[in-house]
Amino acid sequence: MKHLRPVNRKAARIDATASLLEEDVVALQQQPPKPHIPMGCTLSFSPGWEVDAGGGTAGLCQPVERDIYDCYVTCFWPVQVPDHVNYSPDWASNCAVATKDWRNLDLVFP
Amino acid sequence: MTSMTALTSGRYRRGELHEFEAAGQPFMYLVSAGAIFALDEGANAVLRKLGQVDMSHAELAQALRDAGYDRADAEELIRELLFVQGIVSDAVRPAVAPSPATPPADFPLQALVLNVTNQCNLACTYCYEFGADKIATPQGKPKFMTPETAKASVDFLLEKSAGHQAVHITFFGGETLMNFKLLREVVLYARGRAEAQGRTIGFSLTTNATLLTDEIIAFLSEHEIGVTVSMDGPPDLQDKHRVYKSGKGSYAVIEPRLRKLIAQHRTRAITARVTLTDGVTDVIRIYRHLKDDLGFHEVGFAPVTNSGDRDYMIGDGAMDEVLAQFHELAAEWLEHALRGEMHGFSNVSETIGELIQGVNKSHPCGAGLGLLGVSPSGDLSPCHRFTDADTHTLGHIATGIDADKREDFLSRGHVSAKYECQTCWARPLCAGGCHHEAFVRYGDTGHANLHYCDWIREWTDACLRIYGAVSVQNPDFLERFAARKGLS
Repeated sequence: MKHLRPVNRKAARIDATASLLEEDVVALQQQPPKPHIPMGCTLSFSPGWEVDAGGGTAGLCQPVERDIYDCYVTCFWPVQVPDHVNYSPDWASNCAVATKDWRNLDLVFP
Repeated sequence: MTSMTALTSGRYRRGELHEFEAAGQPFMYLVSAGAIFALDEGANAVLRKLGQVDMSHAELAQALRDAGYDRADAEELIRELLFVQGIVSDAVRPAVAPSPATPPADFPLQALVLNVTNQCNLACTYCYEFGADKIATPQGKPKFMTPETAKASVDFLLEKSAGHQAVHITFFGGETLMNFKLLREVVLYARGRAEAQGRTIGFSLTTNATLLTDEIIAFLSEHEIGVTVSMDGPPDLQDKHRVYKSGKGSYAVIEPRLRKLIAQHRTRAITARVTLTDGVTDVIRIYRHLKDDLGFHEVGFAPVTNSGDRDYMIGDGAMDEVLAQFHELAAEWLEHALRGEMHGFSNVSETIGELIQGVNKSHPCGAGLGLLGVSPSGDLSPCHRFTDADTHTLGHIATGIDADKREDFLSRGHVSAKYECQTCWARPLCAGGCHHEAFVRYGDTGHANLHYCDWIREWTDACLRIYGAVSVQNPDFLERFAARKGLS
């Protein structure tokens, strides 16, 4: 810490905890310093509620409608889509264009 | 997003802390943790501002910018102070750390106090064991501990302290040396048992020094047994209360023995423990005599425990005088520390040791927790002061700890159960004060010792200022002090 100097052991432990927390978790709209957000990534991890660093959807790397399909093929989205490598290689075969054909994506029961 | 809005929408006020100044610098002692921080100008300015009024985030940040801090610095300042709870927000409360109401049933023992006898060859008029305020009920009970009970106690300690590499036995009385024969037997037995387990065991005893002989001194030195001598000072003060049953004073008897003890026992510090009573309040003269004339390594003082209605008790005026002399010795302690020397005034040393650690006590002492007393009959009690008191037994060495009674004792004595302590900044160190003193004074071991609150706060503040000054002017001393006191 910059403004407080620990002078006993308990204070040193608090200080150590503080430096562990430093930039470990930051609030999205904290100002300043702003958290570093890679361009295009979402800040929210709830499907259907993806927002960009500005709180909107314009800065996402793909339209929100496409995220299920694109996460499935090109990106990492571990739980919500079927495992196309091992168990469901054909899951998206009926969905050529996600914005139009997304209804063809079926449920998979493991 | 709501949480962030809440964070900055709340109003800030000072957290629970005690500010003090030392070596020209501001410090804060944080009550929720027992932590001590030195404040820079900015942190001090925040506390100054919040000392007068509560402020919103925007107001505080603006005030700091007006005082010349840039925006990022002002935010960092606020964040740091919030983190340590030097300031708190009414909108966001830090999660309350879970604190166990009672210690687990298998809380390990660390030390036992063996009351090897409840007999004494002196008849000190203020004695808590025999005097007017006694709570002991020794009628019909053994007067001397048997070797069987003592050995069972050693086994009990080693068994119940699993996990502790080092344990401790303190011998107590009555007059401890009236049963030196047993003491010697216990030391040899306990050493053997501990070594067989690859563990270490330390010993100490408290005595009135009247029965010390060359043989005893040699044994104490050889076995590195710490010695605390109960005594009150030079002849006129010692002989005021510390007398034989005939009324004859004990100074002349102990003086040559003490000189031998201090000269010949070189393996442990020899400590004097002074009881302050009406007319025995001449702290500095007592200290000089015990430290400089007799050569004790450390001298500690405590006012006599009493019900508040005894002619030997110290009045409020005299207690203020005692405190004034404490301050004088404390100043000396600081001078020594700044020169890198140890001073023998243990009322400061003890507190400094606790401040180095940053203790935050749930209970005023280890009684009933890591420490138990054993009476000559084998009854367990919270500590030696409750020995032989039927109302306070916590089991028996043969049958173990009475879990219900112990829980009752500990939940009463827990600092959070003491209403008056909740608003006191000195509670991490004091925790309400001695259980026994509270029982004698108020009839309840869980009562805060209200008759000492002002003095405790004044004394804690004095020790904090010493600590702060040493931390600025000779920080290495605190490290060496900690090492010497075995603080790990």
